[in-house]
Amino acid sequence: MTGRSAANAAPTQRPLAETRAPSDPGIDPCPAVSDAVHRTTCYMCACRCGIKVHIKDGQVRYIQGDRDHPVNRGVICGKGSAGIMQHLSPARLRKPLLRTGARGAGEFREIEWDEALAIATQRLARIRAGDPKRLAFFTGRDQSQSLTGWWAAQFGTPNFAAHGGFCSVNMAVAGFTTIGGSFWEFGEPDWEHTRYFMLFGVAEDHDSNPIKIGLGKLKARGVKVVSVNPCRTGYSAIADEWIGIRPGTDGLFVLAIIHELLKAGRIDLDYLIAHTNAHHLIIRDAGAADDGLFLRDPEGHVLGWDRAQGRAADAGAADLRPALTGTYEVDGRACTPAFQLIAERYLDQAYSPDAVAACCGIAADTIRRIAAELANVAFEQAIELPVAWTDCSGRRHASMRGRPLAMHAMRGISAHSNGFHTCRAIHLLQVLLGTVDVPGGFRFKPPYPKPPPAGAKPCGKGGGRPDTPLAGMPLGMITAPEDLLVDAQGAPERIDKAYSWEAPFAAHGLLHTVIANAARRDPYRIDTLFLYMANVAWNSAMNTTQTISMLTEKDASGAYKIPFVIYSDAYFSETVPYADLVLPDTTYLERHDCISLLDRPISQADGPGDAIRVPVVTPDRDVRPFQSVLLDLSARLGLPGMVDADGRPKYRDYADYMVRHERTPGLGPLAGWRGENGDAFGKGAPNPDQLERYITNGGFWHHALTAEQKYYKMANRAYLDFAVAMGFLATPTPTVFQLYAEPLQRFRLAARGHGAVLPPAPQREAIARYFDPLPIWYAPFEEEAIDKAAYPLHAVTQRPMHMYHSWGAQNAWLRQITSQNRLFVHGATAARLGLDDDDWVWIESHHGKVKGQIRIVEGVNPDTVWTWNAIGRRRGAGMLDHDAPEATRGFLLNHAIADLLPPDAAGRRRLNADPVTGQAAWFDLRVRLRKCAAAELAQSAPQLPPLKPPPGTAPNPRSLGFGAHFRARAGETTP
Amino acid sequence: MTDLPAATDRKLGLVIDLDTCVGCQACVTSCKEWNSGGSMAPLTDLNPYGAQAHGVWFNRVHAYEHGCTDGGRTVHFPRSCLHCATPACVTVCPTGASYKRAADGIVLIDDDKCIGCQLCSWACPYGARELDPIEGVMKKCTLCVDRIYNDNLEPEDRVPACVAACPTGARHFGDLGDASSPVSRLVRERGGVDLMPELGYGPVNKYLPPRPRAAGTLQAPAQALAPADPAGGFLGWVDRLLSD
Repeated sequence: MTGRSAANAAPTQRPLAETRAPSDPGIDPCPAVSDAVHRTTCYMCACRCGIKVHIKDGQVRYIQGDRDHPVNRGVICGKGSAGIMQHLSPARLRKPLLRTGARGAGEFREIEWDEALAIATQRLARIRAGDPKRLAFFTGRDQSQSLTGWWAAQFGTPNFAAHGGFCSVNMAVAGFTTIGGSFWEFGEPDWEHTRYFMLFGVAEDHDSNPIKIGLGKLKARGVKVVSVNPCRTGYSAIADEWIGIRPGTDGLFVLAIIHELLKAGRIDLDYLIAHTNAHHLIIRDAGAADDGLFLRDPEGHVLGWDRAQGRAADAGAADLRPALTGTYEVDGRACTPAFQLIAERYLDQAYSPDAVAACCGIAADTIRRIAAELANVAFEQAIELPVAWTDCSGRRHASMRGRPLAMHAMRGISAHSNGFHTCRAIHLLQVLLGTVDVPGGFRFKPPYPKPPPAGAKPCGKGGGRPDTPLAGMPLGMITAPEDLLVDAQGAPERIDKAYSWEAPFAAHGLLHTVIANAARRDPYRIDTLFLYMANVAWNSAMNTTQTISMLTEKDASGAYKIPFVIYSDAYFSETVPYADLVLPDTTYLERHDCISLLDRPISQADGPGDAIRVPVVTPDRDVRPFQSVLLDLSARLGLPGMVDADGRPKYRDYADYMVRHERTPGLGPLAGWRGENGDAFGKGAPNPDQLERYITNGGFWHHALTAEQKYYKMANRAYLDFAVAMGFLATPTPTVFQLYAEPLQRFRLAARGHGAVLPPAPQREAIARYFDPLPIWYAPFEEEAIDKAAYPLHAVTQRPMHMYHSWGAQNAWLRQITSQNRLFVHGATAARLGLDDDDWVWIESHHGKVKGQIRIVEGVNPDTVWTWNAIGRRRGAGMLDHDAPEATRGFLLNHAIADLLPPDAAGRRRLNADPVTGQAAWFDLRVRLRKCAAAELAQSAPQLPPLKPPPGTAPNPRSLGFGAHFRARAGETTP
Repeated sequence: MTDLPAATDRKLGLVIDLDTCVGCQACVTSCKEWNSGGSMAPLTDLNPYGAQAHGVWFNRVHAYEHGCTDGGRTVHFPRSCLHCATPACVTVCPTGASYKRAADGIVLIDDDKCIGCQLCSWACPYGARELDPIEGVMKKCTLCVDRIYNDNLEPEDRVPACVAACPTGARHFGDLGDASSPVSRLVRERGGVDLMPELGYGPVNKYLPPRPRAAGTLQAPAQALAPADPAGGFLGWVDRLLSD
């Protein structure tokens, strides 16, 4: 069972027809490469590619992409091939550590695992028996969230999340709310059929190899690629058209395109009626408690206006001939179809290209032309796949109509305070053009789509109870104020204030607020901060300098405000010295993992899939895989579901859990080869041989949908039946795209004083404004809160492709490619400021300042400066030498990024975040540049005190001759 | 110094598509990784965790900004040995360590004979040769000579590591001496070019230039959209359409 065909298989990429080696005494053309080859899943970033790891003499010789793997199809990125150096990094932790000096001083003693686990167990047991929410458990780019989240639930704390809250939660929530799926992990462009591809805010990221493979394919077919991005690097560099937009204005640009399409009637009305709520009737009754909600019949069906019968009828009825415009009276109440509101809003001249051009930094004619190109591709170049299918109403369609226009959006959209609405605007544009899950468009990856809001509700209301699990997972999707995790006064119940009135739709939690809130004891004090692979004392923090100091702050009694910090990581990161107890993790080549359908699987639009990691080498250090440690802790704590009736550990380790755990009967972490004989997939009894079956198949499971199931998954009967059989959906319910998002209106009504759960007075205005049920655009918060003239430039970051989502800055090979980040400044801007190439500048925000060195470029929006993120390291981190450029010349922009906005008129400081989701607004940053005086050191700032290496650290080698021992010399016999 | 073969039976080389290269460094590290244990191993790294870390690489990617009539570009340029037809790096070699193979045209170094004098790196205008200061010998791209004929590898893997790795499929491999080979056809179709041909070394590797910034597959030059219904407005148009 393989995924898709290999990527690099063109006739120009194949081996020679004649591969007999010429005679050459100087070279052995046929050395033995390896003693064994193991197929597993890469973890050099979050892309989850399949790799083949060649082992020779017990060591990793070579890592290649797995041709059969559905994600990467044989290719491997710059990070993946540098995995050997990550695996062998001197920054690997060696043994559990217990703090002996002051926190942050880096004084530790090595301890045995039994002692480490006993310390953790004693502490955690006490917390659980008293008040479980005093444990805050936060993870980073954690691919085991179905375990870590479940562990938190069984422990009984609502205070759990991973890194999504500061990464891409805007994309996830906007997608789940609107179309029941999202970009990247739950969707992808139809690379095979699209004829026009538009990228918004996609730097070098999300995801890595599939986008690159796809772009190569589009290029080969001559497809037009348009990239909307302030920076012309990476994908933007090869785009046919680069639109160097001003950061934070993408939403306005998209709504202007929508204005043009509406004005011209270039939208897909049939698609809107078939797959969206455009015709659903909305109550227009200003002041009423249900104003702006859908009109429903007594059974709860949303109604539409049937033009044929002149009355309201079930909006989901197949034979409905609905009105999209007008106002109707039903039972004495005025109602209007959602589409009427859409048209009224975006036909307004405020959204005309001429009105938005200056703000976006894009010529109005360019906006008009792009709109015309999109319409041309969607309607004049429509395609038909000769595949018959049946929709959810039982209607048979002879073919699949496609609108070959695909879009993809990511961090550049997400990391703004207006990112949620901007992402909604992009989905609205996609849907108006009829391009979602049709041939040539954007396609869902199973288990998505799911009817919005696509997820269960978060649990933990009330904050948890002693020795009691939560009723379900701590993270989820909410639809009404009643779902918020707030107390009777409206105050947050989670330490990160997720699902509070400050961040109601915070579906990934708010990792970026945890330390500040815990140190301020706001909303309450915690006992233990338990972190996994989250570098919160460096690049995973806003306001980094102060965040670090909060980790060591003490109260009047001399006790740390955050009493205890447990940290697990494989490497000596900036966060390690701030832990009291360090649990060293393995590298990705030394562990089991599962990339589960319960979390973020490796599904492709052509079918669901999941994957495993297997240990291919044995650790040479006293380290343990974190997930097995977590299961060990749960057994010691006696967590329900993790011990048997006698209190003995239910799971030997993570591998055992992957096979035997059932979330609900028949549904476990891995979907392939279930059932006692391994002949079922999706649902089925645990199969003791399941891992063997995965290993035999290359470490992954992938099920290919039939041709009939591959598109229109939101309303395709064959697909929906499959989704039910797999357990993706409880019933074969179609997904209706929510152009008008009623859940948002419920919050707005609460802000107007309706309902049982109301926002506190200071938050009402913001809730009323930002919970608009249709996409809106507003200026990013920071620029509204500061003097724009004083901070005239936008500042954004990307990570280079060879380090994206990775732990790259300590990798001996990758750091030779990038070891100092520059601040990239447009030539005209530099000239205006009197800056020359290589000048050192102070980069000053309203919050702080950072010193770095500039590089003048032309391929950037002139009002924007940018840099490679997370190249700059603290001295000593990652076990780099103290004179490493990462520390001496590299800089971290985070020091200048505030976690809170400047005080408003009432003195309140709001989160520097999206007001709907709490997504960290990294890219809202505004700065000014000041040239350094000649006398100032050519060194980055701030320079924090160097980190002391952990005990037992050997000095770094002065040279590396890795691989010499693998070499087979000519004339020597090879085994 | 060292002689060249009068002709080679094949001209094996790479074709690199500058239109598709996104500068991701996959070819760079996959090359480093394979060759670190390959026929020229090791590819020594100096000061790997400190200041001025630098090591031996057979392939590097540079990014340039290029001003041009259609508004400027960022171009990513992978650079490695071009396996020239008449490589100066071979003819200057005082020991015969550098040689060009008559059978397939690959330029190699026999490091048992190399004295690390670096004359070859002075002679190569493409910067393709690097000194390994610890081993005291020169190193360079072998076109993965220990892969392309290696029957210990699966047949599909017998291509240079960089070609197998490249995520955008921007790298191609084959016999550029055979006018009917797929790579030769690709070079003709895409107007492939030699790097600095005026120097006369006859590089075998070819580069495919970035395509003009075209409208892609757009058949109709798009003009701004006209109002759907100048009289009744957009909502009138919707009504009319739904009433039909």
